[in-house]
Amino acid sequence: MADLVTFTIDGRQLQAPAGTLVINAAKKAGIEIPAFCYYDGLALQAACRMCLVEIEKMPKLQPSCTMPVAEGMVVHTDSEQVKGARKGMLEFLLTNHPLDCPVCDKGGECELQDMTFRYGAAESRFVEIKVHEDEKQWSPVVYYDPARCILCYRCVRICDEGLGVNALSIGNRGVHSEIIPNNSDHLNCDECGACIDICPVGALTSGAYRYKTRPWEMDHVGTICTHCSNGCKTTLGVRNGEIIRGNNRDRSGVNGEFLCVKGRYAFDFTKAPGRLETPLMRVNGKLQPVSWAQALAAVGQKFSEIKQRNGKFGIIGSNHTTNEENFYLQKFARHVLGTSNIDHHRTGDITTLMDALQGRENALATVGDLYTTKAALIVDNDLAQQQPLLAFQLRANWRHHKANVYAVTPGPVREDQYAKKIVRAAEGQEFEALESLRDQLQAEEELVILFGDPIKGDAVRKLVAFGDSLGKPVKYVCLVDYSNSRGAADMGLLPDLLPGYRSVRDAGLEPGLAYDEILNSSDLDALWVIGANPLSRHELVAANAFVVVQDLFLTETAQRADIVLPASSAYEKEGTVTNVCGEVQQLKRAARVMGSKPDLEIIGLISKEMKANIGIWKSSKVLNEIRAEVSSYRFPLIVVESGGAAATNPVNGPVPSTRSDLVQSARNNLFHSGTLGRHCSTLKAVVEAPGTIYGELVNEPEEALEPSTTQQ
Amino acid sequence: MTFSPALEEKFARILTIYPPGRQRSAVVPMLLYAQDEIGHVSQEVIDEIAHRVGIAPMQVDEVIGYYSMLHRKPLGKYHVQVCTNICCLLVGGQSLLEHASKTLGIGNKQVTADGLFSLEEVECMGACSWAPAIQVNYDFHHKVTPERLDRLIEDIRKAQGTKQVS
Repeated sequence: MADLVTFTIDGRQLQAPAGTLVINAAKKAGIEIPAFCYYDGLALQAACRMCLVEIEKMPKLQPSCTMPVAEGMVVHTDSEQVKGARKGMLEFLLTNHPLDCPVCDKGGECELQDMTFRYGAAESRFVEIKVHEDEKQWSPVVYYDPARCILCYRCVRICDEGLGVNALSIGNRGVHSEIIPNNSDHLNCDECGACIDICPVGALTSGAYRYKTRPWEMDHVGTICTHCSNGCKTTLGVRNGEIIRGNNRDRSGVNGEFLCVKGRYAFDFTKAPGRLETPLMRVNGKLQPVSWAQALAAVGQKFSEIKQRNGKFGIIGSNHTTNEENFYLQKFARHVLGTSNIDHHRTGDITTLMDALQGRENALATVGDLYTTKAALIVDNDLAQQQPLLAFQLRANWRHHKANVYAVTPGPVREDQYAKKIVRAAEGQEFEALESLRDQLQAEEELVILFGDPIKGDAVRKLVAFGDSLGKPVKYVCLVDYSNSRGAADMGLLPDLLPGYRSVRDAGLEPGLAYDEILNSSDLDALWVIGANPLSRHELVAANAFVVVQDLFLTETAQRADIVLPASSAYEKEGTVTNVCGEVQQLKRAARVMGSKPDLEIIGLISKEMKANIGIWKSSKVLNEIRAEVSSYRFPLIVVESGGAAATNPVNGPVPSTRSDLVQSARNNLFHSGTLGRHCSTLKAVVEAPGTIYGELVNEPEEALEPSTTQQ
Repeated sequence: MTFSPALEEKFARILTIYPPGRQRSAVVPMLLYAQDEIGHVSQEVIDEIAHRVGIAPMQVDEVIGYYSMLHRKPLGKYHVQVCTNICCLLVGGQSLLEHASKTLGIGNKQVTADGLFSLEEVECMGACSWAPAIQVNYDFHHKVTPERLDRLIEDIRKAQGTKQVS
């Protein structure tokens, strides 16, 4: 592609690599050629004829979206003939288009509307009655209005090429052509809603957003999705403190415009019934609403008392709270409560990987790397279900760069569609399978290895040894479950590790109790749970322990609590989170929910009650502290503050071994997201729920106590 | 589902005549032959053909939507197709269609209550020299007049031994 060709567009002499399409060459030179069906990254279609240009020595107007530039080519994009063609095309597109812009969701951000204003005819010569077809509902989140459709095929292509789902197609012909869903009258797909966002008109509309507001009435808040670990940026449309939609049309963030059903629709937990709005305290055996002052004073008093008599604390942190909150929590635990009995639900063995990769640079793949690497190997994960962005990136890499993708999985995965080689191996037999791929992997220039939770402890070291033995540059991704699972480990929510994976002995502390040890400890005096629900799976052995829970909902754990403090979700606070690839990104407050407080503030207020000073509870200040202590977080701040993703490196020294047997992924698929998922009505409403992993139906996690029966 | 042995044999042969990986090219002939045997293209047929050529049922549906000679709903045993394209129109194709509608008591794309006849207005069937033309199933009838059409329908009814449905 190094050969440059010289050509002229609108009298300007330009150069571009051979093979560049006229529409892109013009765009690069600042000349806009309108188009509907052309879409960056998708197959060429040339269906809408909106991008017709005049090329000298060619008898007819040519579609610039499929025409590569050629040496000496002279293109006119603004001639009378071209202007006439655009006007004519718009007149055709509008023959059956209902022009119901005043009630259409797309009004204000509609490409057809914009183009009609810019290039179109104000009036039509058609006097015939418009062909009309009634609107259809294909799923709780996807509606289709055939009358508005201009048949650009964008939705068909994004679903087939982008996602590999192939749920949309074109039915009938001529004036009756329309998009058809894969199950005759409804969709059975990922429900990601990519088709809705990519629709240039209001033909596909979102169940969550329909008729709620106009685009210009919302604030658009770019924050990080709080569900899985991929760290997609989701731009939340917020009106009056309420989140109305999620999308990422500006392609900011590591995900571009990709979002799965969780990023696009699963924000409804913020206003789900049962959301805690006031602190609760156990009075006479029943949880009663109390004021924040009462609740905090009670926690402070009890914690001080237990500390004074050298009691035993156990702290379980969250996979969703911010890095600042996690850092602040472990600091509070270690410096104020004087305990290292702190842990979180570990969903991937990141600590062993850090140890195995110590001192290396560029050994952790970023989300961007998955789109550019020449080859990738997936071990033990149903990527499209569990790590949707990473699956999208690999698929896009295969589509655009012919990357070779290999997979070793226990069951069928979507990557089977295009992977160079798939080996089915039961968990525990991965390494024999890997040996069978050795020759092929060795022939690759570079490799990214993504591994799921069955690879833990020694298996991680063995996998890194396997990677090293290939003699090629290999990068790794340790797949974890939640939005800040990675950050929880980085920030030392571990009994034996400080932030930055240093031994607690460096701080003069002994390793504390791990997750299961805390819950099994019969003489535990206090259990403090922040944004986790350990009692949904485990029993708390210490029957008399004083339990404090910070959460959004009255979870199984919260029901056992003596004091429940209502916490803010990630969409309601500031801070940073670290995604599965170790990229740090910033949250922005979108929604406002009455009564709740960010966990950082709650921890700060508890420390204040205990007359302890562990610094001000402001996320920017805490981030500075983190940066002072954790070398890999010393990225340029501007990257994160301007909405970018800052990559982190593995640590320099060895990481003391920690309990890798505790690593256990929750195996969430597209329609599960722990406690948050249980309170997202959208995730439960789609027909695909509960969804599959490795092609097998996933069991619905046990329902939390229904919100209507909670004591409020 | 399985088709008749003869059709199964035909399908097996059709699937081999396209280059490897191009089996979906067989969708159109398979649909047409299946329709001939079953009378229409049922969802079962769609699913079966999709499965045999390795594509999504939706992609078969796409093809059916495109071709007007493929029918999703059952037709009459005798499918009367009247051409109203230009040559036939000039010599009475339109009034022939209206007459057929009256005689059969059904409108365009409808089926008689006894399931014997269905009527459809079709595009040019390449019989312009002998316009107006109609086609009943795969049989052509040339230079058709309303009287000849009535006689044809009467003959079919007699052969079937059913009485006229008004």
